[in-house]
Amino acid sequence: MTSRPAPDPVFAFELNGETVTVSAPAHHTLLELLRYRQGLTGTKQGCDKGDCGACTVLLDGSPVLSCLTLAVTVAGRAVTTIEGLGAEHRRAEGRPHPVQEAFDRSGALQCGFCQPGMLLSSAALLRKNPSPTADEVRAALSGNLCRCTGYAQIIEAVLRAAAVERGEDPPAPAWSIEPRDEEP
Amino acid sequence: MAARDRHGSGPPFGDVFKVVGTSARKVDGMAKATGEAVFTDDITLPGMLHAKTLRSPHAHARIVAIDTTRAAALPGVRAVITGRDLPGRFGVLPWTQDETALALEKVRFVGEPVAAVAAVDEDTAIDALELIRIEYELLTPHFDPLDALRDDAAPIHDTRERNVSKNVLLEFGDVNAEFARADVVIDEHYSFHGTTHAAIEPHCALARLGADGVLTLYSSTQITHYVQRTVAKVLELPEHLVRVIQPCVGGGFGGKSDPFSLELCVCKLACITGRPVKMLYDREEVFYTHRGRHPMQMHFRTAATREGKLLALDARTVLDGGAYSSFGLVTTYYSGQLLAGPYALDALRFDSTRVFTNKPPCGPKRGHGAVQPRFAFEVQLDELATRLDLDPIELRRRGALPAYTETLNGQRITSNGLLACLTAVERASEWRVRRGRLPFGVGLGVAASMYISGTNYPVYPNEMPQAGIVLEANRSGLVTVLTGSNDIGQGASTIVRMLVAEELGLALDQVRVVAADTDLCPVDLGAYSSRVTFMVGNAAIDACRKLRAKLTSALAAHWETFEGDIVLSEGEAFDRKEPTRRLSLKEAIAIAEAKYDTLATAGSYNTPKLGGAYRGGTIGASPSYSFTAHVAEVRVDDETGRITCEHLYVAHDCGRALNPMLVAGQMDGSAYMGAAEALMEDHDVDERGLHRGPSLLDYPIPTALDVPGLSSLIVESIDPEGPYGAKEAGEGPLHPAVPAIANAVYDAVGVRLRHLPFTPARVLAELEQQRAALEGRRARC
Repeated sequence: MTSRPAPDPVFAFELNGETVTVSAPAHHTLLELLRYRQGLTGTKQGCDKGDCGACTVLLDGSPVLSCLTLAVTVAGRAVTTIEGLGAEHRRAEGRPHPVQEAFDRSGALQCGFCQPGMLLSSAALLRKNPSPTADEVRAALSGNLCRCTGYAQIIEAVLRAAAVERGEDPPAPAWSIEPRDEEP
Repeated sequence: MAARDRHGSGPPFGDVFKVVGTSARKVDGMAKATGEAVFTDDITLPGMLHAKTLRSPHAHARIVAIDTTRAAALPGVRAVITGRDLPGRFGVLPWTQDETALALEKVRFVGEPVAAVAAVDEDTAIDALELIRIEYELLTPHFDPLDALRDDAAPIHDTRERNVSKNVLLEFGDVNAEFARADVVIDEHYSFHGTTHAAIEPHCALARLGADGVLTLYSSTQITHYVQRTVAKVLELPEHLVRVIQPCVGGGFGGKSDPFSLELCVCKLACITGRPVKMLYDREEVFYTHRGRHPMQMHFRTAATREGKLLALDARTVLDGGAYSSFGLVTTYYSGQLLAGPYALDALRFDSTRVFTNKPPCGPKRGHGAVQPRFAFEVQLDELATRLDLDPIELRRRGALPAYTETLNGQRITSNGLLACLTAVERASEWRVRRGRLPFGVGLGVAASMYISGTNYPVYPNEMPQAGIVLEANRSGLVTVLTGSNDIGQGASTIVRMLVAEELGLALDQVRVVAADTDLCPVDLGAYSSRVTFMVGNAAIDACRKLRAKLTSALAAHWETFEGDIVLSEGEAFDRKEPTRRLSLKEAIAIAEAKYDTLATAGSYNTPKLGGAYRGGTIGASPSYSFTAHVAEVRVDDETGRITCEHLYVAHDCGRALNPMLVAGQMDGSAYMGAAEALMEDHDVDERGLHRGPSLLDYPIPTALDVPGLSSLIVESIDPEGPYGAKEAGEGPLHPAVPAIANAVYDAVGVRLRHLPFTPARVLAELEQQRAALEGRRARC
């Protein structure tokens, strides 16, 4: 005979602007809660041990790794996922979040798997620092691994989003096309 | 019109492209930016079970007995399978099918799949794995390929007498004669370590057996077509009852271009249980699944005249293949065949031997088989330039193959932008005023390369097209494109949409691409060997020309004018002689549908017959080749031995850049991946065969703080074979990164790095040797 397991804890938190009440096993991570209980599959699992940053979400506005965050610890707090980032902005301003637009515009989205986390880290940076330097962008995104882009177009995208929000011209990309001789 | 037609490199109407050449957004960009994009692990089906794999803890052992009874009896477990349930052999190449989904008699590397469990949830499946009892009889493992090659080494594959996976010895020209007349010979040993793809999305597969008998597999694959064939073969089902769908793929780089154990296991488990079954590899399993860069030991000799004319290259290479063949036969050929360019040689000999070892199997990683020998040869060229006191860029210029020529091993070269690439990086890096003149510890290095735009022959011999496209023009004004090609993030579907919009004069949102579903789409062979833009692009143009003929002929009849005067552009059709005659494309489609009935066409691409007339002469043959040059700028700390790659100037000849933003993304991504192989990554096992760091912390890939500055300089050579003149951009730009860094280190501190990876310890040891040599020389003075 073994003791009965404790029932799953029940708790409430703010998820993408709405209060939700959930139950989840005490050992479940926020990532598991989001993906498997809430159906919010925009948050990605790349390593499940805090190395890659693909599972990044915002907790009270700051980026956290949802795979290393126990679900019950978000009780009473505010979580924003990639699904919420665009939706909140769209509700407020009728358009996607500037970083979403800028990533698409700059070619920063290749396979797109690291991007939900990358976009949330970028949004958190721009909220704190609307005029970051390229080095500040690099530092802010250093917890989010991307294997496709070499980061150049990602950094360009964040700087573009910041410039657009400030009403300035976006920075020129780092790539260029060489002048061509006449076609054969 | 036929699959081997050239379509011309100019715009379809008038002198100006409307869509091609623009940095149009990707078809799935906003879906990925909003989290809406669906990857395989995002799919949940009703009643779905979760599966996990039990893996070998031994590098080399015979399986004596497996007892799964306790695992099968665990509540929640629905099925347990072992090798006997899936005994069919497979492998991506039909000549070397040496894999089974789960190990049969032997295990050949730590991490090899042995059993799989399907259960109601992942935790239960993991608990069940611990209840499986396996009795192993341990065998001597071989981790060093030279050790595995010894006559007394036990064979890893019982079907082979020795551990030779493949040997290729080819000679073009008279190598010995060229060496005899050479003024200079550089003779050195080089080595390249193992590196892996490390796509951020782990492999995932989900299978479902429908009541109609159709087995549907969703998989994070780069090769839906080959997976379909493999599933049908191993599960002994007719191919038409297997449907493979590729959802969004979170990066591949060659790491998802073999059929894998998990795909076969979920299919079998779904058939046994009657329920959908999903398996997601964890990060550690991805490292053991591997198929990454082959470690190579290379003995290269280059002969040249004192003016720097290259005479001959003699290359002996040992490839560490790991436990299975994968693409290894091709890798072995590529390790020599692609050395015949981008420089003219009078003679080339290569003797490459791929060896089985008890390690995760190696396979194709971005730049397949050619990155390692390119490193050795480009460093050797730098040594030659030093010996001859020639500028290394000048040496390469003198040696560059011209456009429209043939290499000495029979590879047909069409357009060639190598000289423009060299000039671009020379200018951008301010090479002439900076190289050799920077302070001690800072240096510039150059390297160049060429790569295939698709391989001329499919992995299983057949006469059918390599790429097919079906178009349907709907009276709503939408054109639907069906393509078997795999968009794995590189933008394949975006390029197809752009080409169709250009050819038919449609707005981008009037073209919808349905891709990589074997039930819906005509065959494309997959996203490997940098073939997709080139081959699928040509197939798309072929299909469009047939549809366009119907549209223009119907409009000509409607307006009582000539077909040649009809222009389709930016969503409209008009008569160029009477521009007041103007209709929307939607109306034009309706007129054509009324005349010709439902509007659908198919297009194809097949490669021209190319390659040398000798055994293996078709491997390395491609309809066109891309060319690349890099200049790396490095900083070397001579106290710590640490190398920092400050900047990479990357010039790549991609033919016409159909979408420059996407081309630049491929160039950036390739170049930084190469730099990381040189400076950060090492995929290796310990003395028991355990991976030395199967996590993204212990196998560090670059963060945004690690990556060098990148200047991607797009060179357009306009190729007669590619779609509107395009060639590949996804792999070629990687190759020169590694040797350019090595050569820059030489410029910075005078140390020649011939062995990868360039760890601080290795740099310090070389610096120490250099100091000792200097002091010895001083003492002698």
